[in-house]
Amino acid sequence: MKILVCISHVPDTTSKINFTEGDTKFDTNGVQFVINPNDEFGLTRAMWFKEKQGASVDVVNVGGPETEPTLRKALAIGADTAIRVNTEAKDGFQVAKELAKVVQDGGYDLVIAGRESIDYNGGMVPGMLAGLTGANFVNTCISLEVDGTNATATREIDGGKETVTTSLPLVIGGQKGLVEESDLRIPNMRGIMMARKKPLSVVEPAGAATETTAVAFEKPAPKGAVKLVDTVDELIDLLHNEAKAI
Amino acid sequence: MSVLVYTESENGAFKKASLEVASYAKGVADMMGTSVTAIAVNGGDTAPLGTYGVDKVLNLKDSKLDAFNAAAYAKGIAAAAKAEGATVVVLSQSANAKYLAPLLAVELEAGYASNVVALPESAAPFKVKRTAFTNKAFNITEISTDVKIVGLGKNAYGLKENSAAAATEDFSADLGTFGVEVASVDKATDKVSIADAEIVVSAGRGMKGPENWGMIEEMADILGAATACSKPVSDLGWRPHGEHVGQTGKPVASNLYIAIGISGAIQHLAGINSSKVKVVINTDPEAPFFKAADYGIVGDAFEIVPQLNEKLKAFKASNS
Ligand SMILES: Cc1cc2nc3c(=O)[nH]c(=O)nc-3n(C[C@H](O)[C@H](O)[C@H](O)COP(=O)(O)OP(=O)(O)OC[C@H]3O[C@@H](n4cnc5c(N)ncnc54)[C@H](O)[C@@H]3O)c2cc1C
Ligand SMILES: Nc1ncnc2c1ncn2[C@@H]1O[C@H](COP(=O)(O)O)[C@@H](O)[C@H]1O
Repeated sequence: MKILVCISHVPDTTSKINFTEGDTKFDTNGVQFVINPNDEFGLTRAMWFKEKQGASVDVVNVGGPETEPTLRKALAIGADTAIRVNTEAKDGFQVAKELAKVVQDGGYDLVIAGRESIDYNGGMVPGMLAGLTGANFVNTCISLEVDGTNATATREIDGGKETVTTSLPLVIGGQKGLVEESDLRIPNMRGIMMARKKPLSVVEPAGAATETTAVAFEKPAPKGAVKLVDTVDELIDLLHNEAKAI
Repeated sequence: MSVLVYTESENGAFKKASLEVASYAKGVADMMGTSVTAIAVNGGDTAPLGTYGVDKVLNLKDSKLDAFNAAAYAKGIAAAAKAEGATVVVLSQSANAKYLAPLLAVELEAGYASNVVALPESAAPFKVKRTAFTNKAFNITEISTDVKIVGLGKNAYGLKENSAAAATEDFSADLGTFGVEVASVDKATDKVSIADAEIVVSAGRGMKGPENWGMIEEMADILGAATACSKPVSDLGWRPHGEHVGQTGKPVASNLYIAIGISGAIQHLAGINSSKVKVVINTDPEAPFFKAADYGIVGDAFEIVPQLNEKLKAFKASNS
């Protein structure tokens, strides 16, 4: 089985979010970038398929040279090779189109992406990629087993979960549950050394068009001070009469 | 030309989120001088849709669609959009709507903006405001395709009555082949889901251990609320993963969010910021949650929560 894990390169969850150029660009100054958490769960599940079922695991990112350390980290965790599609990621559709080409050229059976990126929270690349390549698609995937070309997956639904059966080629939008938090791997020294020698190929983009443009950013209005109360009676009164929330 | 809205139903009745997206679709239609068509899948009584501004309902009836199937639903909605010549398609951000939206976008060659929080700033060019960076910011997105898809965040617009006729027609469409089949559904029918809940009662590591969750569940029962928890609580196995809320868990956009024994780490707050009213109960007055909350009590959950439960019971008894 040939697996491709899509890696989005995002600001660390503790990053302060600021904008520049008249609030039209994300300010990357001082921001630490990481593998998107949803993709880290997917990558770890892919390592399981590699170790237990002999799958090959490639990782891909659509982005500029600045994303290479993130791809190297994925190699250090254990992916075999990395691909960087050399173009700025501008919108979900453009990224999905570029990824579709990588999937078709590489003949991948299983594509593991994340439910959403924690930066733009588009929640669209995996579904669009499935739609564009004609693969089956399971979103908010919290468990995945593959047997030959058949797959069984569990996905989170509102208020519970659902088990589905499907077949390869398959794209999933993954999240925590694919593996547990405690299964996530921190690259060790050997992994980091080996990652330096693993291939990271840079491919030129197909030049896909965009459908949407992020034209400006805004920060939420500053919050008023909290009202501290001493008794539960006061709290209930405020929630009922002032906030009208109960 | 029209605005098409996908209205989900559950157990034969339209969900509240469907009435909200219908209200929003009416707002968009008014901006564009056009009408609202709803597409329902095996929908029941369509009268409530009329109350919220829907002029016409296409009811896609097919027993094959009793179990949700994202690709087939997307095909059905795309066929409705084409039949109506819709230029804008509105969906909620339920798990199922988020699942099918990108497939629909490919079917319709439409640009899609998710997590939208308000009516378009302008209809031409079509610009909408959406949340980004997990609620740490907003971004204005311009959609440049002929057909636009808008995913409206929960509780972002609210319900707006706007009586219309809601004439219902049966609708059928080619649904393609089903590459994904539902084998089983595991859903607690007696519990409110975080996605649908108006009130969420959430607790963190301050509760010390899973054996102390009785009072949290009791509060949720009294308020008709869903229960949720911080990430370490689900990582420790004190509560199921489905309850983990925050940047890497479920987003919460309830009307009221009550946080008990939760410190208010940036990753937690990011996921719950869209909730309207936030209450914190914490022993530590320096806990960051106090900076994000509307109301707070500095105190021990083990004293306050049982008192609050008693008083809430009495309040509910005299206010219902
Ligand atoms: C990549 C990444 C992603 C993350 N994603 C998330 C996420 O999605 N969601 C999330 O929640 N976290 C997330 N976290 C974890 C986050 O950083 C915090 O560690 C976590 O939210 C803390 O949980 P807590 O508030 O329950 O526990 P603690 O930080 O331990 O806080 C417990 C609180 O309880 C209070 N307390 C103690 N005893 C009592 C009592 N008797 N009565 C009342 N209060 C009491 C304490 O004063 C304290 O404020 C993430 C972290 C990382 C690195
Ligand atoms: N630039 C990118 N390169 C590679 N994969 C991406 C990129 N952007 C998004 N993805 C994948 O798509 C998932 C969902 O992203 P999004 O639709 O942007 O929320 C991510 O978790 C990644 O797996």
